[in-house]
Amino acid sequence: MNAANPSSVVATAEQLIDGWELVVGLEVHVELATRTKLFSASANRFGDEPNTHIDPVTLGLPGALPVLNRHAVELAMRLGLALNCRVQPCTFHRKNYFYPDLPKAYQVSQYDQPLNVDGFLMLPGDVRIGIERAHLEEDTGKSTHFGGAEGRIAGSEYSLIDFNRAGVPLVEIVSRPDIRTSEQAKQYVSELRAILLAVGASDAKMEEGSMRCDVNVSVHKPGTAFGTRCEIKNVNSIRAVGRAIDYEARRQIDVIISGGAIKQQTLHWDDAAGRTNVLRTKEDADDYRYFLEPDLVPLAPDTAWVERVRAALPPLPAARRAALATLTGQARESEAIAVVVERGQDSYVSEVAKVGGDAARALVYVQQAFADEPATPRVPAGDIAALTLMEKNAKITSTQAKTLLADLVANGGGDVIAMAKAKGFESMDTGALESLVDAAIAADPDAWAKFKAGEQKAIGALVGAVMKSSKGKADGKAVTALLQAKANT
Amino acid sequence: MPEPISRNTVAKVARLARLDLTEAEVDRMTDQLAGMLEHFRDVDALDLSNVQPLNQPIPLTNVLRDDVEQPSLDRDEVLGNAPAAQDGRFRVPPIIGFEE
Repeated sequence: MNAANPSSVVATAEQLIDGWELVVGLEVHVELATRTKLFSASANRFGDEPNTHIDPVTLGLPGALPVLNRHAVELAMRLGLALNCRVQPCTFHRKNYFYPDLPKAYQVSQYDQPLNVDGFLMLPGDVRIGIERAHLEEDTGKSTHFGGAEGRIAGSEYSLIDFNRAGVPLVEIVSRPDIRTSEQAKQYVSELRAILLAVGASDAKMEEGSMRCDVNVSVHKPGTAFGTRCEIKNVNSIRAVGRAIDYEARRQIDVIISGGAIKQQTLHWDDAAGRTNVLRTKEDADDYRYFLEPDLVPLAPDTAWVERVRAALPPLPAARRAALATLTGQARESEAIAVVVERGQDSYVSEVAKVGGDAARALVYVQQAFADEPATPRVPAGDIAALTLMEKNAKITSTQAKTLLADLVANGGGDVIAMAKAKGFESMDTGALESLVDAAIAADPDAWAKFKAGEQKAIGALVGAVMKSSKGKADGKAVTALLQAKANT
Repeated sequence: MPEPISRNTVAKVARLARLDLTEAEVDRMTDQLAGMLEHFRDVDALDLSNVQPLNQPIPLTNVLRDDVEQPSLDRDEVLGNAPAAQDGRFRVPPIIGFEE
């Protein structure tokens, strides 16, 4: 560890890349789910006709004055508190630069006194990633580049600008450089996204740009000072976060090994090509000439307001996953748990358990069949509970349960016992099943010989034959078990 | 006494502000800005150890509006004031290139 380094997290030996320690910090921008913009009353709506949500403030017309959106502040506080930040009195600054999608020639942002500071976010395995700040700022317009290589900045002949997005409220969440692997970076973005959705601060759609990641990457030898960092922009999916970091770490290590030095640069991630390109070389940080925005007064949420927001926070994803894992007996980090919590259907699973259903099966059903259902699915919890019990008590096979589940979803519920009867689903007793298995073996001695000789694939033909002769009533798992038992004797 | 502001700083600030100054103008601005900065030496001479920085001269905080939508400006009227427009959008010259 080096005293001068801005993070005291030390990589484990397994986390090193050929003996190099990776340091990653993330700056994530999220658009807040408000009705209107941060400083003006035009709609904050994605996907509408260009330049149909514009006003004097958005366009930077002379004399236009910004007024802060109360709901944007509230959502930013909600997010800050969910990230364990301290909410503090804060001010707004102008960040000055010239770009056509920024009509005022400055972005209103927060500088040395941001709204939320000193938080943290927990990753799986009790890894704690510090949050330096989560501040409010306004989004820019959207540029589309034409001519040259279509849609790209390089070699373009002109650009068209849509200001619908200009002035949309953003929170920029800046992590501390505590991330040591690309996997952790992906987990961080994924967890942040889950929190944003849980508290309703943003729809966090990376593909639509309402959640955007800039990734700071550097490498150094363990025990030495951190290396010079490069910032990668345009990283638009969780997968791309991992790929961009892996690529950039390798690039930097190769540059240093071959005797070169890393220049502090802004890079652009080209996901199709799987590489970074140099966007611009940063000269110094002072180029933005931040100064206090004279058109806005300070924001100072009082304790009562902060505590009201805190008290209204919903249970957060980590706690909800833990609760669902306990209820269903599944691993806290399993995919089913993550997916169901993200959809907000975890309370539905516990509702199914509460009315007597089998929680583990309910989790599987909900994960598999409720992807297009709202947080509170239309199927009554009692119907799903009944179905879990029928399968658990072997009244029906898992295949039959799947069929009935699909029907329940399609019809928005139903009497599963009657439905099973109508479909002729009834369990086969073991004796009947065994005679079907014997018949299948007799009919296909070739497959049976291969299976007995250890060729596992050969079991498929036999199981298939039993399913067919039983008209789908046999339980595939039971058939497989029977065949295994017979082969072992 | 140190130089209040250097010619280089003035040239840099001008560049950042996209001001195309002649050499003579840079000289004149350097003199004028030096004069203004001279005034702050008077402030520096005071004992301000007990004075908090003033973020805003207006004694107000939390000026907020409700999140209620108002109609947009008319797009055609707005674009009519732009030097160039196309497909409902502002048209601007090429912006930035990659380093090769």
